[in-house]
Amino acid sequence: MDTVILIGQVIMSVALILAFVRVVRGPSLPDRVVALELFSTTVVGLVGVYAIKTGVASFLDAAIVIALMGFLAAIGFARFLERGGPRDD
Amino acid sequence: MIDFIKGTLIISGALFMLLASVGLLRLPDLLTRMHATTKAATLGVILVMLAAAMHFAEVGIVARSFAIIVFILMTAPVAAHVMGRAGYFVGSKLWSGTVKDELRPNYDPLTHELKSGLETQQNAKRQPRETDPD
Repeated sequence: MDTVILIGQVIMSVALILAFVRVVRGPSLPDRVVALELFSTTVVGLVGVYAIKTGVASFLDAAIVIALMGFLAAIGFARFLERGGPRDD
Repeated sequence: MIDFIKGTLIISGALFMLLASVGLLRLPDLLTRMHATTKAATLGVILVMLAAAMHFAEVGIVARSFAIIVFILMTAPVAAHVMGRAGYFVGSKLWSGTVKDELRPNYDPLTHELKSGLETQQNAKRQPRETDPD
């Protein structure tokens, strides 16, 4: 079981690195925001796997909060873009 | 047995998240990238949370992980819709192989106005009804 959890964590970390490449390279601001949203979703998965690994269920509360923050960040960025953010950077 | 199911759920969830970020990296424009990330990452989180629910197998924790699943399922489409709308309004380029863009002829990006194609003089005339209070 520990090996499986380690493999899962490695795969999710590779996913985080690939999303970070898109954050750095992304040609426009919406691309970066989408990449950050994927970032927060992947971190929720990582926290869930870590809760399984340690056996501490309270980490799931942290996962809820991270998901909420990612959603609010996406909504806030979208409002910022629609109300006269940078038109095309 | 339950360890096998948990391991399968964790590995497949992680693979779906990897698939989402590969799609984010490889696909050509904003909307196709969102198409990749929203669905695949949501499915990945659902699988991992099912594994957590099976691991702990207590009522409160199962309810909590199902709350995460429902929350992700409710917020991911909303966030994707809002981001796609903002990206279109900001003027992000569509892929060169895009077949159809029905908003392009009807939407004026400078004045932020949307036309329906039915704006004629005759349609603009007021047609009072019986129930109008006047």
